Amino acid sequence: MYTTEMSKNPTQLGPSAAEPPELIEAFEARVANDEFIEPKDWMPEAYRKTLIRQISQHAHSEIVGMLPEGNWITRAPSLRRKAVLLAKVQDEGGHGLYLYSAAETLGTSRDDMIDALHSGKAKYSTIFNYPTLNWADIGAIGWLVDGAAIMNQVPLQRTSYGPYARAMVRVCKEESFHQRQGFEIMMQMAAGTPEQKAMAQDAMDRWWWPALMMFGPPDENSPNTAQSVRWRIKRETNDELRQKFVDVTVPQAQAIGLTVPDPDLKWDEARGHYDYGAIDWDEFWAVVKGEGPVAKERMKARTEAWEKGAWVREAAMAHAAKQAARRQKEAANG
Amino acid sequence: MTANEALFDYALRLGDDALILSQRLGEWCGHAPAIETDLTLTNVALDLIGQAMLLLGYAGEVEGKGRDADKLAFHRDATKYRNCLLVEQPNGDFGRTIARQFIFSTYQRALYQELTRSSDRRLAEIAAKALKETIYHADLAAEWVIRLGDGTEESHERMKAGFEWYWRFVEELFTAEPADAALIGAGIAVDPAKLRAPFDAALAATFAEATLALPKYPRPITGGRKGRHSEHLGHLLAEMQFLPRAYPDAVW
Amino acid sequence: MANEKKEWPLWEVFIRAKNGLSHRHAGSVHAPDADIALRHARDTYTRRMEGVSIWVIRSSDIAASDPADAGPIFEPAESKVYRHPTFYVVPDHIKHI
Repeated sequence: MYTTEMSKNPTQLGPSAAEPPELIEAFEARVANDEFIEPKDWMPEAYRKTLIRQISQHAHSEIVGMLPEGNWITRAPSLRRKAVLLAKVQDEGGHGLYLYSAAETLGTSRDDMIDALHSGKAKYSTIFNYPTLNWADIGAIGWLVDGAAIMNQVPLQRTSYGPYARAMVRVCKEESFHQRQGFEIMMQMAAGTPEQKAMAQDAMDRWWWPALMMFGPPDENSPNTAQSVRWRIKRETNDELRQKFVDVTVPQAQAIGLTVPDPDLKWDEARGHYDYGAIDWDEFWAVVKGEGPVAKERMKARTEAWEKGAWVREAAMAHAAKQAARRQKEAANG
Repeated sequence: MTANEALFDYALRLGDDALILSQRLGEWCGHAPAIETDLTLTNVALDLIGQAMLLLGYAGEVEGKGRDADKLAFHRDATKYRNCLLVEQPNGDFGRTIARQFIFSTYQRALYQELTRSSDRRLAEIAAKALKETIYHADLAAEWVIRLGDGTEESHERMKAGFEWYWRFVEELFTAEPADAALIGAGIAVDPAKLRAPFDAALAATFAEATLALPKYPRPITGGRKGRHSEHLGHLLAEMQFLPRAYPDAVW
Repeated sequence: MANEKKEWPLWEVFIRAKNGLSHRHAGSVHAPDADIALRHARDTYTRRMEGVSIWVIRSSDIAASDPADAGPIFEPAESKVYRHPTFYVVPDHIKHI
């Protein structure tokens, strides 16, 4: 679904003394020239580490992101909505899988990444630490959260690391139905009974600000942006993307009669953009630190699924080993 | 029961089986042993919900009282549900879920194979579409039964325990309702007794590979087809039907 | 190291989009064995009718050329322009060649 730079004090990025300057120079030139870097190509250690962190955060976000929507699968109000939601949450799982695979090409293992998530070392998008309280939240997530994600992901289809870019192409292709189905739910509810309209507005009120936070801290407070943009790991800054999102989303909300919960929101003719109110960055950093309303529930669900699945994963490996041994024996007995 | 009522009841049974099992499988979404397994279980759930939509939609048409698939799914109480007891059982661990899937899909594969030859054109068409999905489900479940049965000591025990939960519900799958006689005679419905042999054969083949002992069936527990369910179905429906019941005027 | 044993191995997935086309690399999945790998590939990479045939191969079984040797491996072909039809000049009035 989405990621952005979430470490406040990331490891210092920059050329390491041990890396030959001519290799670094050639690498920087290739990236500046918009060439793709492939897994076995030489790359600076900082680039590799940054990518592993970013791609695995992104993958974790997809997997944890299955939970808030999964919360409504058993309560979807029609068979069609149930099928759509199942397919959508399944897609998020698929996206997590594509992204873990892309990160694995950089020399890390999925198990290590998952361990980092469960130990709290790795971050995931703050948005998933908010609860889904009514059915309209499923609409709001598709429309606002996936909408914000798409803003961020479309440019990543041209990111410099080949496997990541290819994963993003696949993700973006699949993601296109997610936002539309979310908007459809919101539209239907906003035009529905008074209770439905109230649910839709309630969802809008709760998801608007967290959606804006998804783009990450403001540019002046985003230490790695310059480096990441230069490396084509990031193609537009947090604030640029956030503004784009506000500009396209506000008219959509107006069109279906929902109020954006921001008294300071107004069109700025001179800038040609909407001005919006101050974002509560204290809340953002608290949620990044794991203090989101349902952060504990999300992590509990993930670790439980993983631990309860251990015997299944082990059994399948044990069976594969037995089968291999049998085949070997058969071959020996010719 | 008129012939039409009997057909309605029959289609309802088929549709309810698919719907309730898809609801149970949907509970796994986001919680499976591996991401890949999560996608697999969801695919099965999606196939089943598609079957439920077709079958309940047809049941509604047969009934002719203006109830569509959603009306039947969300505005019917437990006593009016006609699914077998097997599919409404809680998921338990992955082993138990696989045991249920193996039993159900193996039965359903045999059923749909026969139903493709139904003299009721609509049932035959739905069966033909669903059969391809169901063959896949049955094979998939068998592969997992084999891996868990012939995996580690722990997985063998869990697989065994998973099946133990279900043996009492198997008989119900192969028992016809009194009203079925006319439908079977007309070549509309499948005589479930005919499905037992292919089921037993598939089970024996898979269990041999899985190093599992063949079941000693306990006294059967039945009643689902008549609306006498386990305690679990009421809770499942309370959750599933909550929104349409709480807001009957709303369109979603 | 312990992880390597416990983790399901990685498989590369190749999909034929339709008959007449070659299989193309789609991505990878983890699976305990080839049969399950095929199922995982199906559930992961063909949810939207993307394929009619799937290949999976253990990632560790792939032998790959080293990018550091790209010069000696691939550049010698650059000077062999005579392998391309445009290298040869044929007068305009000669047809079907």
